[in-house]
Amino acid sequence: MATKLAWIDRLSHDRWLGPVTLLGPAGVWLLLLLVIPTLLILDISLVPGLRLGQPSGGYGLGNYLQILQPVYLRVMFRSLSFALGTTVLCLGLGFPVAYWIALMAPQRWRNVLLVGFVLPLWTSSLLRAYAWTTILRPTGVLNSVLGVLGLPSQNWLNTPTAVFIGLTYSFLPYMVLILYASLEKLDTRLLEAAADLGATPRQSFWTITVPQTLPGIAAGCLLVFITSLGDFVVPTLLGGASSMNIARLIYNQFLGPTRAWGFGSALSMVLILAVSLAIALLLKYGDRSTLTETSQ
Amino acid sequence: MTPSSSKVTWPSLFTALMYAFMYAPIIVLAVYSFNESRYSAGWEGFSLRWYRALFSDRRIFAALQDSLTVAIVAVAVSAVLGTLMAIGLARYQFRGKALYRGVSYLPLIIPDIAIAVATLVFLTSVAVPLSLSTVIAAHMVFCLAYIAVVVSSRLQSLDPNLEEAALDLGATPTQAMIKVLIPQLAPGILAGCLLAFVLSMDDLLISSFTAGGGANPLPLEIFSRVRTGVKPDINALSVVLILGSALLSGLAEYVRYRSEKRRRLSG
Repeated sequence: MATKLAWIDRLSHDRWLGPVTLLGPAGVWLLLLLVIPTLLILDISLVPGLRLGQPSGGYGLGNYLQILQPVYLRVMFRSLSFALGTTVLCLGLGFPVAYWIALMAPQRWRNVLLVGFVLPLWTSSLLRAYAWTTILRPTGVLNSVLGVLGLPSQNWLNTPTAVFIGLTYSFLPYMVLILYASLEKLDTRLLEAAADLGATPRQSFWTITVPQTLPGIAAGCLLVFITSLGDFVVPTLLGGASSMNIARLIYNQFLGPTRAWGFGSALSMVLILAVSLAIALLLKYGDRSTLTETSQ
Repeated sequence: MTPSSSKVTWPSLFTALMYAFMYAPIIVLAVYSFNESRYSAGWEGFSLRWYRALFSDRRIFAALQDSLTVAIVAVAVSAVLGTLMAIGLARYQFRGKALYRGVSYLPLIIPDIAIAVATLVFLTSVAVPLSLSTVIAAHMVFCLAYIAVVVSSRLQSLDPNLEEAALDLGATPTQAMIKVLIPQLAPGILAGCLLAFVLSMDDLLISSFTAGGGANPLPLEIFSRVRTGVKPDINALSVVLILGSALLSGLAEYVRYRSEKRRRLSG
């Protein structure tokens, strides 16, 4: 990289294209509207009982201690189980799809098939979640189909089941995209060699395919975990009152009737911390290249 | 080629099922947008009444206009800032560069709800009234971050010889950047802009927290309608929007295809 971009050094003597011109505007914008705001909510999260329009008291950890109340701990636990469950479901459903497209589909169709699978991502996430309400509501498509098949009707809308379906639907394409990138690079000669040496398909899957694609699996799981942990739309539209998660709880502290900004900020900091922790775990135990791969 | 690719196997059957899973909700929306009935899941005859209702709905059009204004302005400004940032990060080594780069990744990592909350608290604390401008300012944060990431990856795959040649032949660095570097980066910039545009049009949370009473982008309008139940005119709106994004994604794929073909020809 250093040699590849050596020519760039020759540009640095120009008057107009100095580092300030190139990095200044975006840097100021990120500082003003991202870094300072985040430090601000860290600050007010440390003011217990802060509400909009009320004089604030001194610093303390009251807002964070409030999260430890059983009613809020349940919300935390529910958010975690939504995210973990969605991650497992996306991996389980996405791996066979990515594997089939990358290794079993006819070569010249692979790109088309992949693009076809992730195409729904281009449509509004709000409308995709709304579409599931049309399917899952008591008089919806699902129960019409079940009725025709003579099966008992299901009432999944406004239950955690609907949230798992909606979240998995929303984030499955990301998982397939990342797993595909990883499986595409799999050295199939290793699989052939293993077969020649007498390995069963199951053996070569667990000893070659999975270890070779582990960075992709880790990156895909991280992305799905992070995005579903902080998701707001799906639990709100599909989960009903029984599916309060951390994003909805934060939303309510600011745009709901309570206006408890201090508590909402503390919840936001906990969410940011949880996401950072997940990334730190990947950086520590996973392949460092996976993060940059994901972001590209 | 393995023999399994020509006949129906369990993996291919499973994959077909997953494609059906991905497209079923979209097909259901499209079919129901033509259904006469308001409440029933049954089919009560073909009708265009929901499209008529949609196209005479001024609120929807006002909301769409707000969304387009936000997305176009935010993406246009971010295209410049994000591209300059990507070039700057590739060009300079300086103290705190890792920190700068790390901060530029944050909008991709931090959940929207946390960014939305932080932006609202900031805007309130500096007493800026919420309006369409504050929505644009907030959208620029994630737009420029995504554009910078896409442009950065394009920057790394560039052929440096062309810029070398331009400089050797006496071009000033500014000329070399505008005439050689930017045209080469163009597919990356365009891809980044498309991504940022789609994300901006799709954003509910950051808009909700920064719009106040003065602006009402489309996702806010849709959200306030669908959270109270099924709305058939929203089905019609979905179909119109899906056609719009299909057009956009087709354009994106075309741009990618063209640039890849050109790269293959020149390489």
